[in-house]
Amino acid sequence: MSFLEYAPAPESTAILNLKDEYGLFIGGEFVEGSGTAFSTISPADERAIATVQTADASDVDRAVGAARQAYERVWSKMSGADRGKYLFRIARLVQERARELAVAESLDNGKPIKESRDVDVPLVAAWFFYYAGWADKLDYAGLGPNPQSLGVAGQVIPWNFPLLMLSWKIAPALAAGNTVVLKPAETTPLTALLFAEIVQQAGLPAGVVNIITGAGSTGEALVQHPDVNKVAFTGSTGVGHAIAKSVAGTGKKLTLELGGKAANIVFDDAPIDQAIEGIVNGIFFNQGHVCCAGSRLLVQESIHDDVIERLKSRLSTLRLGDPLDKNTDIGAINSAEQLERIRTLTEAGEAEGAERWTAPCELPSQGYWFAPTIFTGVSTSHRIAREEIFGPVLSVLTFRTPAEAIAKANNTPYGLSAGIWSDKGSRILAVADKLRAGVIWANTFNRFDPASPFGGYKESGYGREGGRHGLGAYLAPAGAPAAISEKKTRTRTTRTATKENRK
Amino acid sequence: MTDESALAPRTRALQLFDGLVTDTSLRRFLEGIPGVDAVGLEQRAAALGTRSIKTTSKAAAIDTIISMIDLTTLEGADTPGKVRSLVAKALVPDAGDAACPQPAAVCVYGDMVATAVDALGAAHGQISVAAVATAFPSGRASLRVKLADTADAVAAGADEIDMVIDRGAFLSGQYAQVFDEIVAVKRACRREDGTSAHLKVILETGELNTYDNVRRASWLAILAGADFIKTSTGKVSPAATLPVTLLMLEVVRDWFRLTGERIGVKPAGGIRTSKDAIKFLVTVAETCGEDWLTPELFRFGASSLLNDVLLQRQKLATGHYSGPDYVTID
Repeated sequence: MSFLEYAPAPESTAILNLKDEYGLFIGGEFVEGSGTAFSTISPADERAIATVQTADASDVDRAVGAARQAYERVWSKMSGADRGKYLFRIARLVQERARELAVAESLDNGKPIKESRDVDVPLVAAWFFYYAGWADKLDYAGLGPNPQSLGVAGQVIPWNFPLLMLSWKIAPALAAGNTVVLKPAETTPLTALLFAEIVQQAGLPAGVVNIITGAGSTGEALVQHPDVNKVAFTGSTGVGHAIAKSVAGTGKKLTLELGGKAANIVFDDAPIDQAIEGIVNGIFFNQGHVCCAGSRLLVQESIHDDVIERLKSRLSTLRLGDPLDKNTDIGAINSAEQLERIRTLTEAGEAEGAERWTAPCELPSQGYWFAPTIFTGVSTSHRIAREEIFGPVLSVLTFRTPAEAIAKANNTPYGLSAGIWSDKGSRILAVADKLRAGVIWANTFNRFDPASPFGGYKESGYGREGGRHGLGAYLAPAGAPAAISEKKTRTRTTRTATKENRK
Repeated sequence: MTDESALAPRTRALQLFDGLVTDTSLRRFLEGIPGVDAVGLEQRAAALGTRSIKTTSKAAAIDTIISMIDLTTLEGADTPGKVRSLVAKALVPDAGDAACPQPAAVCVYGDMVATAVDALGAAHGQISVAAVATAFPSGRASLRVKLADTADAVAAGADEIDMVIDRGAFLSGQYAQVFDEIVAVKRACRREDGTSAHLKVILETGELNTYDNVRRASWLAILAGADFIKTSTGKVSPAATLPVTLLMLEVVRDWFRLTGERIGVKPAGGIRTSKDAIKFLVTVAETCGEDWLTPELFRFGASSLLNDVLLQRQKLATGHYSGPDYVTID
C-alpha cells in the first residue's frame, strides 16, 4: 500500500449536538419564522443537516425591533468595560466549543476540517478577544473623545467563512455599543445558529444579537428596514451594488466588502519553495472561495517554466475529499450553483485559448467537487483573468519588468488584495506602494489578524474591517448627526459643553 | 561502487564551475540559489506536522521508521560492552516479536567499529556499521588527522562514514576548503577492493544559524560528493528540526530534478518519539515522493526513538499501552 494514501482519519461528529430544526434567534430566544422553512445541506454529500426558518419582512421587523429595544434600554447605556466583559465571555465560549464549531462549519460549508479547526475558529475567538479589549477604549479609536455608537446594525454575510465573517461583523459592532441583526448565508446558517446558543450561554442581554436566516429576500428586507442605522455586507459585487443603491440617501452608514481578483506577483528572486506554498495557499485555501484569493498569478517570465513545474508537482500532493478527514486539503464546493459558475468560467478559459491543467485526483461521486486547476498562457483580456471565479482555479500570466507587473496587477475593476514575492525588501516596498489594493501581503498570502484592517479599492467595496479602522465603521464622532433624534440632541449638548470647556 | 564518476567531486560540479572549484565560483553559485523565507518554511513544516496518520498507515509508518534508524551511541563513556549491547538491541529490537524489523545501522565512534562488526557477525551487511569520523563532533583537527580517522574506520569495517564539515571555514566563506575536504574524505572512504563506504556529510545546522546557510551547505555537500546529507551531530542544540529537514529534502529533490541522482537525508538528534518521527516521514513523502521512503535514502540518527516506536508498535498489535519495562534498554 502506498504510504501517501493515508488511512482515513475522520474527525468525529459525536461532539455535535445538533437540533433537527432551528428557529430564528430574536430577542434572546429561538422563535418560529413566518417564511418557508428550508434545509441546509452538507455540500460534501448533499445530505440534509437541519431545517432552518426563513425570516420574512415581518420577522425582520420583529428582529430589528428587538435590536432597537435592546439598544435603547440596555446596550447603549452599558459601560464599555461591561460590554467588554460580555465579549470576552463570548470569546472564551468560542474557544471552549472550538471543536464543535469547527466540525459544524466543515459539515455545513464543505471546507476541510484542518482549516476550520486551525484557521476559522481560532480567528473567530481572536476577533472577539481583540474587540473585547477595545470596548472601554473607544476614545482612542481615532474619532476623538467620546465617539457615539450608531444604533442597530443590519449585517449580511457570505458562505465562504460563515462563522469568521460573523465575528468580523458582530465583534466590532458590539464593542462600539451597537446592537445587531445578522443574516448568515442561505447555504451556511448552521454555525451562526450555534453562535446564537453561545450568545445565550454568555447571558448577553436579550436582543443585542439577533440572527435571522433566509435567502436573498430576507437580506434585502433587512438592509432596507428603515430602523437600521448601519448596513454591513460581505459578498458579491452585484449584490453590493444593489445594496449601495437601496441605502443611498437614507442616512444609513454602509460598509461593503465585495469581490476580488488579486494578483500574486512572483519575482525571479523570490524564495521559490515558499512562493509555491504561497501560491497554493493563495488560491487553493478554502477551495478558492476567498474574496481576497490570489487568483491571478503574475510570474516573471524567466522563472515561469520552473514555477509551473514545481506548482504542478506540489498540486499533485493535494488531497481532495471528505471535509471532515483531518488530512483533506481541498474540500467540497459550497453549492451546486457555485460549482456551475466555476465550470462555466473554466470552460470559457479553454474556449478563449488558455491551456488548462487539472491536478490528478478522483472526485467523489456525491456532492459538489472541483479539482485544483491552473490555466497557463492566460491574457489579461480573458474572462478567467478578469472575472472572479471563486473556486480552485488559478490563472497564470507573465511579466518582464516590475512596471509591467504593477500595470497588470492594477488592471482590474477590483482591488482587494495582492501578494508580492521577492527576496529584495526595497523592491517589495516599491511595488507595494504602487499596487491599488486594500491588503498587500509580502512573501506570504491569506494571513489574517484582528489587529489589521481589511477592505478594498474600487469594485471590491469600501470601508475597513478589523483593527482600529474597523471600529470606525460602527462609530460616529461625538456630535455627528446620530441616528436617533433623542440621541442627537444629547450628543449635541455634550459637544457644545466640550467646546466651551476648551475655550 | 567502482564507477570512477561516482567518486567525488561530482562531475556535475566540475561542469558547473568549468573545472575550477574556487571560493569565488562556489560563492557565485551558492549565493545565486533562491533564498529561503524562514516564516514560510516553518509554516510549511508545521502544516506537514498536522497530518493525521492513523491505523494501517501508522502501522506501516512505524515499521518503516524502525528500518530507517541508525541506532546510535556516541558517548565518551562508550565501552565495547555498551556497543555489543547496542548491536544486540539492533539484532532483536523487540524480544517479544520476531517479526519486528531491524534498524538500518548501528552508529558508533571509529574505535568501536571493530567491536560492532564483530558483534554483528553474520548479520553485518543486513545491518550496517556507521562510524562518525573527521574529528567528530567539532571537526577541529588537521585534514591529515581527519583523513586518517576516516581511513581507520573504513579499514575496521565501517560501511558508512558520518563526517562533519568545517563550520568555521563555511561560515567565514571558505567554501572551497569545505568542498575540498569533503572530496578528500570521500576519497578516504575507498576500500582496497575499489568499493567505497557511503559518505554522510553532517552540516551541523544548529551552528549554521540561517536557513540560507543550510541550503547552501546542502548544495555544497552534494556537489562535493555526499551520498547523504545529515543535519547534526546530536551534540549541538537545536539538532534535527522539521523545517531544517524539510529544507534539506527540498535541495535533494531539486538535485534529483537537475541530475537524476538520488541523495539521502538523515536528521539526527532530538527525534525521540514515534509521533515526531511520523512527521518526518510525511515530510519526506510529500517533498521527495515515496521513492525516498527507504533506508537507502532516509535515516533517523537516534537512540531513544527506537523504544518509543516499539511501544507504539506493541500498542497497535495489542490495543493497549504497556510501559518502558516492556521494551529492552540497550
